Amino acid sequence: MPDTILVVVEQREGKLNRVSWETLTAGQAIAAETGWTLEAAVVGGSVATLASEVATKKVAKVHAVESPRLEPYTPDAFVAALKQFLSSKKAKLVLMPHTYQVRDFVPKLATAMDRTVISDCIGYKKEGDKLVFTRQMFQGKLAADVSFACDVPWFVTFQSGAFRGDKVEAAAAVAPVETVKVEIAENVVRNKPHEVFKEAKQAVDLTQAEIIVSVGRGIKEQKNIELAKQLAEALGGELAASRPICDSGWLPMDRQIGSSGQTVAPKLYLALGISGAIQHIVGMKGARTIIAINKDAEAPIFEIADYAVVGNLFDIVPPLIEEVKKAKVGS
Amino acid sequence: MKILVCMKQVPQKDAPLKLNESSAWIREDVSYEVNEPDAYALEEALRQKEKHSGEVVVITAGPARSRQVLREALAKGADRAIHLEDPGFVGLDAVNTARAFAAAIKDEKFDLIFTGLQSDDYGYAQTGVILAELLGWPHATIIMQIEKSDSGIRVKRELEAGYFQFVDMPLPAVLTIQSGINKLRYATLIGIKQAKNKPQRKVPLAEVQPALGSNMQKIERLYIPQKTKNTEFLEGSPGEVAKKLAEKLRNEVRVL
Ligand SMILES: Cc1cc2nc3c(=O)[nH]c(=O)nc-3n(C[C@H](O)[C@H](O)[C@H](O)COP(=O)(O)OP(=O)(O)OC[C@H]3O[C@@H](n4cnc5c(N)ncnc54)[C@H](O)[C@@H]3O)c2cc1C
Ligand SMILES: Nc1ncnc2c1ncn2[C@@H]1O[C@H](COP(=O)(O)O)[C@@H](O)[C@H]1O
Repeated sequence: MPDTILVVVEQREGKLNRVSWETLTAGQAIAAETGWTLEAAVVGGSVATLASEVATKKVAKVHAVESPRLEPYTPDAFVAALKQFLSSKKAKLVLMPHTYQVRDFVPKLATAMDRTVISDCIGYKKEGDKLVFTRQMFQGKLAADVSFACDVPWFVTFQSGAFRGDKVEAAAAVAPVETVKVEIAENVVRNKPHEVFKEAKQAVDLTQAEIIVSVGRGIKEQKNIELAKQLAEALGGELAASRPICDSGWLPMDRQIGSSGQTVAPKLYLALGISGAIQHIVGMKGARTIIAINKDAEAPIFEIADYAVVGNLFDIVPPLIEEVKKAKVGS
Repeated sequence: MKILVCMKQVPQKDAPLKLNESSAWIREDVSYEVNEPDAYALEEALRQKEKHSGEVVVITAGPARSRQVLREALAKGADRAIHLEDPGFVGLDAVNTARAFAAAIKDEKFDLIFTGLQSDDYGYAQTGVILAELLGWPHATIIMQIEKSDSGIRVKRELEAGYFQFVDMPLPAVLTIQSGINKLRYATLIGIKQAKNKPQRKVPLAEVQPALGSNMQKIERLYIPQKTKNTEFLEGSPGEVAKKLAEKLRNEVRVL
């Protein structure tokens, strides 16, 4: 029998998130290259509908892993369920999206099974018989190819945006769905989660902005924000920031771009003194044009910039404001 | 409340990194600092102690240079420090790092253990959760608020895209702390002076070695990532660059 790749997709309130489709695409690609069989699992209180949705994609089988205790999500229940399931469903490779929920339980699951997780991967390579997984290190400044040095199952999580969710292949014939009822004793679950909520309404909606000037820690001091503001005003755009700027209270939280802030896709995103950590990139890489000004030629932001300036923002922004003003008057 | 804070020393945010001869790690002659979320974890522990009394203990695993992290923490108000001191700790995977911590604290009784949510160098995002599992404790990740409650604690978890969730949980527990949970304090002169007399326990690798296994994952090679986009670098004096940028904004981006 060929080995199995199992993709555990993530659902919340009956919807699969985008990264789940991306991880399925990854699973399909690895299956095609290795000849291993691809299967999927949906975990939750009652997930039959979602499982049938996944079954329309090119997978050999979908497992609906169910227990009333899986709703709402807790790490204890998820680990109990998946450990039980994986003791009968022997998989070689277990793939999951690197979401906040997966980071919350997958290290516990792997440890409970005496295994390891290669986390937050952006790709894989098949080198002869060996599979290696590529992940970012040092905040994206370096990349590493990492291999497993332990028995299977091998756990891997993939970063948001690493694969194309819209490229997931459809099935020629709908895959069979198998319901797996797991038993989770009441005393297993120790955490009591409350409802998920959003903080008070956002004052600005950056998703509608055409032009965004965004500041990072390179701005150094709160009073220097004024400089970026002047540039934003000259361009007729909105001001935004990386997380540390909002953490310091230099700009309100609703101006934060990234995985824990807003996701934007403006015509122009001008990044001033932002290093380009993945949690920031996921919030702005959809911009049509990205301009980055950073004094470090190796800053990861330059990997996704269309136009790049290696230099001190305090030297470049003041004349840029003047040039923009001049151009506006002239037009 | 007795709280343990795991604090890691990592290369400074804008330190230029170079690969070592074997291309399996970086050259270690760079400047270091405290992993950012770990600094917030310490601050939170100090605040909890100020509210509920107790003790704050800091722990790090790394070579001699990483003692600096403990010194800073003691100067800010931590009561004592544990240093798992050996260059070998740098090469451990997250499971072995957590095992080393669990072994080093086996005779202690903490109510809470804080870690950062992620390290800047490895970025595993795993050590805290693994430690919880090894200890048999509950955990919660990416924490933005902690309140003591009748039965334990109530924490606020950050979820994606601006969502949050409160979770009630019993003690003892492990929490992984997110940057921005509080405002960091600076060490005072008195604090720096007092730090010198605070207890520091050194734990050699040999002491925890029996608890470790071989790493279950291996870095085959480390390298500078390949560019995927055709980036145009604009060069010249600041004035010239500003002109070139304005020209791009007008003719290519068409926003002027
Ligand atoms: C779970 C999680 C969620 C997160 N969510 C988000 C999020 O939503 N949004 C977000 O932004 N981050 C988020 N982060 C944090 C993220 O990992 C980075 O720490 C953060 O984006 C770094 O911000 P920065 O680029 O402003 O700062 P740094 O990384 O410190 O970079 C500052 C940059 O400024 C440059 N610089 C310094 N001085 C100058 C100068 N004079 N001129 C020009 N350049 C200069 C430096 O070379 C450097 O590249 C999250 C992290 C985690 C773990
Ligand atoms: N060598 C170490 N010394 C101290 N703390 C560590 C060490 N490695 C990991 N940690 C803690 O675990 C957290 C998560 O690290 P990681 O799992 O590597 O992303 C860090 O923020 C630290 O709090």
